[in-house]
Amino acid sequence: MRAAAQPGLGQRSQAHNIGRGSGEHGGHGSQGTFGGYVTGFALSLVLTAIPFWLVMGDVFADRLTTSILVMAFAAVQIVVHMIYFLHMNTKSEGGWTFLALAFTLTLVVITLSGSIWVMYHMDQNMMPMSPHEALQKP
Amino acid sequence: MSCGSKIRERRNSRQGLDRMHEMTAPPGATAPVFFEQEQHAQAEGGTLIGFWLYLMSDCLLFAVLFACYGVLGRNYAAGPSGADLFDLKLVAVNTALLLLSSITYGFAMLEMSKDRLRMTLGWLAITGLFGAGFLAIELYEFSDFIHEGATPQRSAFLSSFFTLVGTHGLHVTFGIVWLVTLMVQVRQFGLIADNQRRLMCLSMFWHFLDVVWIGVFTFVYLMGAMR
Repeated sequence: MRAAAQPGLGQRSQAHNIGRGSGEHGGHGSQGTFGGYVTGFALSLVLTAIPFWLVMGDVFADRLTTSILVMAFAAVQIVVHMIYFLHMNTKSEGGWTFLALAFTLTLVVITLSGSIWVMYHMDQNMMPMSPHEALQKP
Repeated sequence: MSCGSKIRERRNSRQGLDRMHEMTAPPGATAPVFFEQEQHAQAEGGTLIGFWLYLMSDCLLFAVLFACYGVLGRNYAAGPSGADLFDLKLVAVNTALLLLSSITYGFAMLEMSKDRLRMTLGWLAITGLFGAGFLAIELYEFSDFIHEGATPQRSAFLSSFFTLVGTHGLHVTFGIVWLVTLMVQVRQFGLIADNQRRLMCLSMFWHFLDVVWIGVFTFVYLMGAMR
């Protein structure tokens, strides 16, 4: 039951490994280790604290700069979580988890950017409406 | 051995696939025995990749809700905006709770791999408490908004806000229900292979919710509070 005893996606069953003749069970960082979890936690703590500080402390007068920085920190933190907590790598489950993730991310990007783009242009082409008028609407 | 008895034996070995190991395998049956082991090996990994695919579909669900919020998030209908409503200190505490619950779940998994039942249960309990704390703060925040008149019906911004954050909260709720169920299972049956697999699935679910929360606190709370 060695294969089942390790957390995360990274492990393959022994039988499969032998069949492939690859020694994936060795030191490759797919299994959670104490050091890995602590590193991930410390990194995400820093990557959370900085954006909160940027917004709460009004560090930059410019909103655009703050927005871009905050989003960049979020992207990095998501990658950190994926690697240290979800033990993602390109090899686990023969690469299928990574492929599924890549496909999902493609769809997510299309959904998000597409919706915001299309709806923004629709909004621009609507008749203008003052907040007062909006209140009278049912 | 007569020809008839050989045929009977083969038929038997085909009927009772589970008993295959116990039988003396005739020369022709070597390959099916190997095949059966291979099947088991894939079923073991099959659960985890299947659960990962579920998480990816859940990711798409959240992507659509994020897109809704992205489109509607500035339509306040002369009502309160994010900058008026959000209390970032509360959100920071919530984020910290969820982050802590992520690492305590990681510790539970480490104890599980060392086959230490009590420590595993202990870390799982701490994880559950952090999750419950997160939910309590979120519900307090929601009730606070509703008392101020910022109900989901008030504006498109609030509708999409409550849908997105509420769906995440619902996921955490079910995660806690699942966690408690598994704690009972582990207490009853110990850290058997089935329970280990279940705990691994919940581990992925729990860390995935933390990843979604990164998106929520960035796009909804931090960016909302700036406007």
